[in-house]
Parts: sequence; C-alpha cells; structure tokens
Amino acid sequence: MSLEKNQPSATTESSTLSHSANPGIQLETFYYDNKTVKLFAYATLFWGLVGMTAGLWAAFSIAYPQVNLGWAPTTFGRMRPVHTNAVIFAFVGNAIFCGVYYSLQRLCKARMWSDRLSKIHFWGWQALILLGAITLWAGFTQGKEYAELEWPLDIALTLLWVVFGANMLGTILKRRVQHLYVAIWFYIGTWVAVAMLHIVNSIAIPTSFLNSYSWYAGVQDALVQWWYGHNAVAFFLTTPFLGLMYYFVPKAANRPIYSYRWSIIHFWSLIFIYIWAGPHHLLYTALPEWAQGLGTVFSIMLIAPSWGGMLNGLLTLRGAWDRVREDATLKFMVVALTCYGMATFEGPMLSLKSVNAISHYTDWTIAHVHVGALGWNGFLAFAMLYWMMPKIFNTKLYSKKWANTHFWLGTLGIIFYVIPLYTAALTQSLMWKKFTPEGILQYQFMETVTTIQPMYVLRGIGGLLYISGLILMIVNLVKTVRSGKLVANEESQAAPLPKNYESHGKKEHWHRWIERRPVQLTVLSLIAVGIGGIAEMVPTFLVKSNIPTISSVKPYTPLELHGRNIYIREGCYTCHSQMIRPFRDEVARYGEYSKAGEFVYDHPFQWGSKRTGPDLARIGGKYPDSWHYNHMLDPTSMTSGSLMPSYPWLFTDRIDKTKTYSMIKAMKKLGVPYPAGYENEANKDIDKQAEKIKQSLAKDKIKVSKNDEIVALIAYLQRMGTDIKNEKKEGSALK
Amino acid sequence: MKFINYLKDIHNVQIYPMITLLLFVTIFILATILVFSKSKKTIQEIKQLPLED
Repeated sequence: MSLEKNQPSATTESSTLSHSANPGIQLETFYYDNKTVKLFAYATLFWGLVGMTAGLWAAFSIAYPQVNLGWAPTTFGRMRPVHTNAVIFAFVGNAIFCGVYYSLQRLCKARMWSDRLSKIHFWGWQALILLGAITLWAGFTQGKEYAELEWPLDIALTLLWVVFGANMLGTILKRRVQHLYVAIWFYIGTWVAVAMLHIVNSIAIPTSFLNSYSWYAGVQDALVQWWYGHNAVAFFLTTPFLGLMYYFVPKAANRPIYSYRWSIIHFWSLIFIYIWAGPHHLLYTALPEWAQGLGTVFSIMLIAPSWGGMLNGLLTLRGAWDRVREDATLKFMVVALTCYGMATFEGPMLSLKSVNAISHYTDWTIAHVHVGALGWNGFLAFAMLYWMMPKIFNTKLYSKKWANTHFWLGTLGIIFYVIPLYTAALTQSLMWKKFTPEGILQYQFMETVTTIQPMYVLRGIGGLLYISGLILMIVNLVKTVRSGKLVANEESQAAPLPKNYESHGKKEHWHRWIERRPVQLTVLSLIAVGIGGIAEMVPTFLVKSNIPTISSVKPYTPLELHGRNIYIREGCYTCHSQMIRPFRDEVARYGEYSKAGEFVYDHPFQWGSKRTGPDLARIGGKYPDSWHYNHMLDPTSMTSGSLMPSYPWLFTDRIDKTKTYSMIKAMKKLGVPYPAGYENEANKDIDKQAEKIKQSLAKDKIKVSKNDEIVALIAYLQRMGTDIKNEKKEGSALK
Repeated sequence: MKFINYLKDIHNVQIYPMITLLLFVTIFILATILVFSKSKKTIQEIKQLPLED
C-alpha cells in the first residue's frame, strides 16, 4: 500500500543512532508523500477560484438583478449554495487536507498510512465537489444552509470522511514520534466533531434519488441545523485551521509556538465550549428561551479560548517582527490571526440579544462571516501555500513582489468587502425599526433595499480585489512549480518508536498508555463535543410533546407541498426568512409573531437567516394570486426597484405529479397525519386546488395551465402563515 | 414558553445543568493540571517538534 511497504530497500536501509541514551537504535529511512499534498494544493487553488467566482456572481446579482440572467442555475438562490458549499467544502476542505497531509507526516515522522486511501480520498473528494456543484446548480437541495447536498452525496461525504479519518489515524498509530503535537489534537477533534455533526444533521427520508425531507421538523430542525451550521464554522473552518496554524506559524517564523501549555488548554476549552453555541443563531425565534440563553452564555465564554489561541499565534512571532515587514507569508499569517481574533470577538457580541436584535437578518452576518472566511481561512491557506509549494518543488517562490502585491490586494479586498456591508446592515436595520411620530412604519421594505444597493456594488468590488489577488497567486505558484521539480517522495530518517516495554516493569503501563493516546484522544474529543450536543438535543426532542399545539395548524395540501419543494429548490430561503420576531416593527410590518407550533409539519424548516427580501412567514392571503403570478414573472412590475430575479421557467415547467405518491408517503413516515391511503388520492386534490387557482387567475385575465409550477408555488405562498389567521376566525385562543 | 414548560417532564431535571457545569469545570481543571504537571523539558521537547525536519 504505502511506499514504505513497496520499497523494502528503503526500510532496510538504516544507520546506527549514535545517541548515548539509545545505543544501537537504527534509523529508518522513509519517504513523505508530497504528491498527494501537491494534488490537494492544486485543488485548493482551483476550487478557491471557482467558489469565489460563484460568490462574486452572487454578490453582483444582488446589486444588479439582470446578472441572474433569467436562467435557473445562475439565479442567486442557486448560486449562493454553490458558493457557500464550494468555498467551505472545496476551497477550505482541500486546504485542510493539503495542510494535514503535509504536517501530519512530518509531525509523525511517517508516510501517510496508505497511498491507496490517499488516492481515494483525493479523487473521491473532487468527484463529490463536482457532483455537489452540478446538483446544486440543477436545484437538488435539502434546503438547509451549508448542508444543502442531497442524501446520496451526504452518504458519499460520510464515507470519504471515514477514509480520511482511517488514513489519519493509521498514520498516527505508526508514527515514529512519541508525543502527539497539539496540531494533531486539533485534526483529531475536527474529524470526530465533523463526523458527528454531519451525520446527525443530514438524517432525512428520501422521496427519490435526488430528493428527501429532513427527519426533523420546525423548531427541532432549526436547532439541529444551527447546531450543525455553527459548528461547521467551528470544526471545519476553525479547529483544523488552528491545527495548521500551530504547525505552519512556527515553521514560517522558524521559532516554536509561544506557549505550548496554552495550546492544550486552548484545544480542550475550545472544543468543549464551541459545541454549545449554535442556538445563538436563533435568538428571538420560536426556539425555547432556555436554549437561546445557553447559546449566548457559551458564546461569550468562547472569547477566552479563541483569544488565547490568537495571542499564542501572534506572540510566536515575537522577535521576528522585522521579518514580517519583508515576508509575505508572515504578513498573511499576522492578518489571518488578527481576523480570527476580530471574528471571534464579534461573534460573541452578535450573540448578545440586544445586538442580535439589530444585526440579525441583515448583511452584518455576511460581513462577520467574511472577516473569518476571507481573513482567517483565506489568508492562512495562502500563507501555507506560499510557504509550502516552493518546498515540495525544491525551488524558490517565483516572485516575492507578487506575493506582497497579493497581500495588499487581499487586505484591501477584505476591507472593501466588509465596511460597505457593516454600513448597509446598520442603515437597513435602523430603517426597518423606524416609526413615524404617528406610530406608523416610516419606510417600506423596498426603500431600505434601494438605500443600501450602492453598498452591494462596493462589496462586489471588494470581492473582485480579493479574487484578483488569488489569480495573481495562482500565476505566481504556476511559475514557481515550473521552475522546480516535485519531490514526490521526500526522503527522511528517524528512529522507530519502541513498541515493547515488557521488561521495563512499571514503565510498561505508562508507555502503552502513550501508545494508545490517539485513540484515547479521539474518544475524549467525542465525549467533549458530544456533551454539549446531547444536553441541547435531549430537551429539544422532548419539545415535540411540549410544543403548544395549535389546533388549526394542518399538514400542507399536496399542491402546497409541491410548491414548497419549488420554494426550496429555488433557494428562496437564501433571501427570505419565515420567522417574525416578537418586535414592534416586525409585527407591524409582517404580522403576528411566529409561534413554535406553526412549524410542526415543516420538513425542513425554512426560517432563513437573511432578509435581502422581506419576511414571508405571513405572506399567505396578503396579495391576490395574480400579484404572485406577475411578481414571479417580473418582480419589478409589482415592486418598483425590486432586486429579486425573475423565474420564467416556473411558467413553462410542469408539476411532476408522479412524485406526489412518494412525497406523501415520506411525510407520513415522518409523522405528518395524512389520512390512510392518502398518497393514492393526493393527485385528485392537486387538480381540484390547482383548478381554483386557475379560475382565480382567470378573473384577472391571466391564463395558465393548472399543471404549471407557478400554480403550485402560488398555492404554497398563499398558505404560509394563514393557519393562525384561521384559528382567530374560529375564535379559539392560542395556547 | 418558559424554560420550565419544556423541562418539567424530564425526571430529576435539576441535576442536568449541575452535571454539565461539573463536567466542564472538571475537564477544564484536568486539562490545566495535565498541562502544568508536564515538566519544562517535555514541553520544550514537544514545542520543537514542528521545527525538526
């Protein structure tokens, strides 16, 4: 499997260690696998460019709706999940693997456990990303942010994660170094937590090969999703990069980490606390108060380990600041660590309810996330590549000047990206909340959008600067690669780790404990990340029996369910929330605030996290059917200046009624109380309800076929939030 | 929708937050003890690991 096993001459070639404490110990010669590292580096650059270009597209399509092109795959609702998934799983994912494969081998003084697993891991991951991008563009999505991939891809991701884990643990177990350096702890913690989060959040009932419904509904789904969503940031974007930081910052600065003791406390407190903080994404929503409170408390606690880690990294550079002025790699690292510090201070601040009341659903969240993504992840990945690529190609960086130019393009890019969005966020939020002296809302939603539109353009320019820097880096690295030759198998020597201590009496136990340490670390990490998850999940699953039931909340009709599938497919949740918070302005603008009991049949929940457009929780019955028809065809015809894309294909594509059976069947499995055998009757009800909508449109001189997708979407939009209105009509009090 | 509504059905619920707090404090103290019980020499040795190529 590995080169070591394939090359007996390599392992037999040995020399005697002259160390007095270990007389007679023979050095083993082995080879680091740089080929896989190179492949992951190339993939990082390629997918970085693809993912960020998709982001740039999405950014400009908000500023200029024409950029949506009136074509489904290029609309914001589909481009945004492609962007987020590509930058998280493809750009950052490949950067993690690249850095882990490089550093783990060297920290363990061993080649990766299995060349075959390395190959499967690399090519499997790229295939997964490609299929992920294609399916997301085609509209196959589970409709949960950063977890949009459909179930077959979720399974593939799980299997590939196991391959990565096996290869990593295999390497650790056959290492030639007794101590596990803290970077490896972070890698192990990452692996355990991501596995747990991904599996728990992705559980769904398939209705067809590329469609499924989340196992959870409403409030539970929201909590599980944001437990996942927050910890995807924690354990995919943070902990593995901290591991990389603990390896590459000392390497680039050529001095050991400032405090190794801090780094261990950093590790345990970070992985223990992070897992609890997810509910801070759901403040003021229908999520129970106690869970919201937990989210806030643990978010504040997070400042301590996060800043400990940041300071540890920055202080490592003490005495090397003169080099920071010259060396682009170190510059990138300093800004990366600073951005990590800013984002991890801002995050807890945003989880304070009073701040969150202003920031949530605005562009503040987007700015916050990009301080972390562009600054911390992007810059650390760039630093790592600038440092590593010349090494594995046994050459020098082609142009230090270009690297420095990249640094400034990137830094200015971040500034131009975030400042307009902070401005936009504050401006819009304050406008949303503004009342006239007479007590009426001062601004229409559209006015608040028009005001901040120039900020969206500026943000796009920031993104453009950042991508220009990336392109410059790619050219620089291509030229570097051409000037050198890959050292595919880098030779190294180390003494083997002694395995048998039978004759050492008491010491035997201690050494064996060390031997097992990676396994123990894995188990302890799982316990640490599991506790928070369980403590939040257990009561939440009990919520089901405790949610105040609203008798008038009924399951969706089959036509509405088809409409809901279209809503999810087009990524409407990326711009519209379905959650009215109990604030005076929100109730005045959108209607009665949302109740937990309203979402019991929402598989998946669609609360959203951003209001580029208005909240839709009570859109039902607000406008006539014809309004929705015209609005979906040409949004500006109904709302002057609207930034929403048009959806012309909904007027030609037909509702796929062959899927109704499996949709109803799956919902019944999830506990939605449709009558027995209803899956066979449902299509008749579709015809009846569609006919009504057709008639209603005909009154406004609009001709449709009752099988057009727009009819189903109108049915769903007109249903949203109306159950409670019915309850009021019936005169029964809400519990 | 008060906290108590959701939790009153769980048997002996008051013990849960206590267990969680204790676990956190225990883990934190254990990690600190573990870290400071290591000799300076060991720490120096581990610190140098990334720099030994």
